[in-house]
This record gives sequence, C-alpha cells and structure tokens, in this order.
Amino acid sequence: MHAPLFAALIRLADDHLILGHRLSEWCGHAPMLEEDLAMPNIALDLIGQARALYSYAGDIEAAGRDEDLLAFGRLERDYQNLLICELPNGDFAQTMLRQFYFASFMLLFWAEAEGSSNATVAAVAAKAVKEAKYHRRHCGEWVIRLGDGTEESTLRMQEACFVLEPYLGEFFAVDDVAIEMSKASILPNAQSLRGAWLADVCEVFVSAKLQAPDLTHAHKGGRQGRHTEAMGHLLAQLQYMQRSFPNMTW
Amino acid sequence: MNDTQEIPLWEVFIRPRNGLSHRHCGSLHAADSEMALQAARDVYTRRGEGLSVWVIPSAQIVASDPQDRDQMFGPSDDKIYRHPSFYDIPDDVGHM
Repeated sequence: MHAPLFAALIRLADDHLILGHRLSEWCGHAPMLEEDLAMPNIALDLIGQARALYSYAGDIEAAGRDEDLLAFGRLERDYQNLLICELPNGDFAQTMLRQFYFASFMLLFWAEAEGSSNATVAAVAAKAVKEAKYHRRHCGEWVIRLGDGTEESTLRMQEACFVLEPYLGEFFAVDDVAIEMSKASILPNAQSLRGAWLADVCEVFVSAKLQAPDLTHAHKGGRQGRHTEAMGHLLAQLQYMQRSFPNMTW
Repeated sequence: MNDTQEIPLWEVFIRPRNGLSHRHCGSLHAADSEMALQAARDVYTRRGEGLSVWVIPSAQIVASDPQDRDQMFGPSDDKIYRHPSFYDIPDDVGHM
C-alpha cells in the first residue's frame, strides 16, 4: 500500500463527505425553494466526489474496505477532515460563506490536480473542477448579495466572517503527507494556493464590502483526527444506519 | 427573505438540444438576473434537461387578457382555408 497516498485521499474524501453532510442538513429548511434545491445539489456533488475518493482509497489500501465502510465505518479520531467542514451550519450567511471559502479553495486545488501524475486523481479532478466552478460562483454571488445587502444581512455576513476566520489557516497547513504528495506531483501543495485563494476571496469581498480575512490565528487538529465537539454529533447522525444495520443496502 | 412578495418572479425557458428552440418550463423567485439564472439551472436542469437557459422578468411579459379571447382568437376559427390542407399530396411523398 502507498500509505501517504491513502492518507491524502482519505483527508480529501473526509472534507467532502463531512461538508456535504452538513450542507444536506439544509434540505427542506432553506430560506426559499430555489435555494432548497441549490444547496442539496451542491451537497450531492461533494458526496459524489467523496465516493470517488473513498473507493480509490479502498483500492490503494487493498484491505477489503469499500467506499461505504470507509465513509461510515470509522471512529471519530479516524476522520481527518478540516475542522471548518464539521462546524455547525449556523445561519444561511455562515453556510454560504463557508461554502464559498471551500469552493474557492477546491477550485484552485482541483484545477492543479487535473495535471496530476496519478491518472485516477487527474480524472476525479477533471470532473470536480467543473462542479467546484459552479459552487464558487453560486456561493460567491450570495456572499456579495448578503454582505452588501440589507442592514441585517450585512451584520450576519460580518458575524459569519468572524466565526469562520480562525478555521481558514488549516486549509494551507502542510505536513509530511502533503509534501510527499506534492513532490510526486500527485496532489497540489496547499500552501502554494494561499496567495491565489486570498486574491479570489478578496475580489468577492470587495464587492461584498467585507474585510479581508486574517489567517494568522488558525485552529489545527482536523488532519490528526482531533475534532471539535460538533463532530461526534454529526457522526452519530451520519453513521446511524450503518451502525444499527451493518452492511445494509437499499 | 420569507416574504417572496418582495422578490421578483422570473420565467424560465430552456433549450433542451441543439436545433430546438427555447421552451417555457416554469417560473421562480430571484433577487436579480444572475441569481435567477443560477436558480433556473438548479431548479430546472438537474436531470440533464438543458443546453441553454433564458430567464425573463415575469413583469416584462405582456400577456393577452383572457377576457379578450373572443376578439383575439375567435375570428380565426372559421378560416379553415388558412390551413394548407387542400393540396393533393403524391403518395410517395409520405407523411408530411
């Protein structure tokens, strides 16, 4: 088994599964019908990307674990998603801002990963980049409209910026796994995407009349499986069916 | 946002394939044209229905009054000669 590749795939897959699950919580609760379809659409894209990554990770591991077992059959400390993905949704402004941050980052990430030396990663990236492009566009437009909207929407968007700011630095943290992946030209080095990401965020924030985020203070731990208190509650719901009825299908 | 009265209504037209024209498929609420276009994509093209989307503010559509139906459309009822159905078509032309 290629251990760093397996670890890198699991991290990426966990980001997408956990954020996709969070976003799916809006299904039936969105502020308007149009957004009630738009958000689950994005959630399904993310979960689709997670599936491709888990199933490839299972092949790499070659220990008989399939996508379902990897997605539903691990303990909390085995999940290695970014902390920002597991945070509770908050209000619509906070949900949209997080989604915009993530989509902006993943768009840069997938665009570079399209040229991966690993053919499977390149194929997943080629599909994901189209989806991320739309997510970034849709969520970016909401950030602009809420940030430069009514008095209340502006306040809520500013509050969302404040809440999410300490979770942004983790996007760009690299460790041995990440360095090995970028040395082998399998996945991009997140650190190298920081400038382009910040420029993209700032472009939207100028229109949204929001202040650029400060990345100096950053919570860490997601990549090591040290989660916020929200994670256990999320997994309780996410894993319920497979825990109660192992190997069930429908 | 709860008060959809304040959010304009848009009519959505989708072109399903090359060579076909855009067809009206429904309406939606959105604050402006960009959001209307995105909402149209999200609401009406989830199953691969479209190659192109138009959105038009419903308020911009000038519609005929249902009460004017007789004066608008009644007069064409008895002008069957406007249908090109009086020509003899050779059999080998087949179905037209």
